[in-house]
Amino acid sequence: MSIWERMSKVDRRIIYLLLSLVVIIPIVFRIPSTIAVSESAQMAYDAVDRLPAGTPIIFSTDFDPASMPELRPMMTAVLRHAFKKKLKVIMMGHWPTGIPLSTIILEEVAQEFKAEYGVDYINIGYRPGAGLVMIQMGREIRSVFDIDIQGNPLDSLPMMRQVHNYSDIGLIACFEAGAMGDIWVIYAWGRFGVNIIMGTTAVVTPDAYPYLAARQIEGLIGGMAGAAAYEKLVEHPDKAMIRMSSQAWAHILIIVFIIIGNIGYFMMRRAERIKKRGTV
Amino acid sequence: MRRQIPLILTFLTGIAIFIAFFIPHKPFNEVQDILLDWAIIIAGFALLLGIHSLLRKHITHIKKKDGGWGYSLILTFFFVGVFTVGIFSAIQYKGYSLTPGSLLYFVYDYMVIPLSATMFALLAFFIASAAYRAFRARRLNATLLLIAAVVVMLGRVPIMENAFFNFLSRFSDWFMFIPQMAAKRGILIGVALGAFAMSLRIILGIERTYLQ
Repeated sequence: MSIWERMSKVDRRIIYLLLSLVVIIPIVFRIPSTIAVSESAQMAYDAVDRLPAGTPIIFSTDFDPASMPELRPMMTAVLRHAFKKKLKVIMMGHWPTGIPLSTIILEEVAQEFKAEYGVDYINIGYRPGAGLVMIQMGREIRSVFDIDIQGNPLDSLPMMRQVHNYSDIGLIACFEAGAMGDIWVIYAWGRFGVNIIMGTTAVVTPDAYPYLAARQIEGLIGGMAGAAAYEKLVEHPDKAMIRMSSQAWAHILIIVFIIIGNIGYFMMRRAERIKKRGTV
Repeated sequence: MRRQIPLILTFLTGIAIFIAFFIPHKPFNEVQDILLDWAIIIAGFALLLGIHSLLRKHITHIKKKDGGWGYSLILTFFFVGVFTVGIFSAIQYKGYSLTPGSLLYFVYDYMVIPLSATMFALLAFFIASAAYRAFRARRLNATLLLIAAVVVMLGRVPIMENAFFNFLSRFSDWFMFIPQMAAKRGILIGVALGAFAMSLRIILGIERTYLQ
């Protein structure tokens, strides 16, 4: 096998090994990365920052453990911002397997800010129906969420006494690993005009750009880069900034392999042409 | 009549929701609220139907010993196991089965989270390997795709702050906001038109496959 052929057909185990190293090393040695704050992340930050203290904000957990490494850091960062701004957090979700995750994240951040359950934040959990739940919440949140995740009636929680529907909500921050964000835009924004910011996995991010450009959402936190940007904006560097370093070096490695593969491919093609001319 | 009644119900429901969207006032909004409450209940029951369909398929596989019946056995075993644990936890914690400390929470924390995260993490390796093999500048369109991919990949993760990476970052933003979004909008408009046409076909009773 010639050198060019070897470059063109690198064993996938070598790729896997090198990729593992570039992912693990920055995490183990906590190598920070350079973070450029994108315009869309800045818009999301500004949308939260504009809300006056005491405004209720809905957090929608529309992801599960598979997307946790990307979406947990951004949800944590936005929650920190919300608690710092003394906003009233209402946690909910449309993915049942995401609710325990959001409960962990919420409790962790609430403890950090010494927030009180029922006064500063509540967790209303999951109801089936997605779009239907969103429409009903526009009329009366209690018509679908009559009790919170601990079984307390919503009226028994001080922060919910004046909160009935979207007109009492300042912003919806939805964290998406699928198409639930589209449904939030269609029903909550389209029908009730409530402001939305979206946090998405990198795979979902391109789907959300049309909403951002049409100002149907106020901001977009895209993938790990968006999460790291938000951590930078709230001045609380955390997991996303470290993981971005892994992601950056993984991208570089993939690009290097693409270049190596293409060099091998072109040199082999050139050698074949020369061989053909020789035989002719 | 067995066909006509569902068709009439579909027509009336579709029209009622359609009118309520444009006239959100009495009595249309009240009708809509009732219908939406029903739909949420039906969505809950749809889950039961899904479970029934899934189990029937896999139990048949096991009985017939079709190819890969072992996987069906594992699925059925774990379904029954997690279901039992869920019911037990729900009784123990008065309906809140995923309360920290419950057996179901243990399953979630030590099985669901690591397994889901592992499955998704494996994608990184497959994508890296696939990118290396697929991104070859064979033709003009493949070359354009390759250049766009490399620029966006570098632009999303600036490893250092200098003029070159700042330019890449700006170019990547431009690429996502203009050419990428143009294609995405085209797809979205196409999907929306398709959904609209399909909805009309269902409401008017032209599309009847859901009756079969």
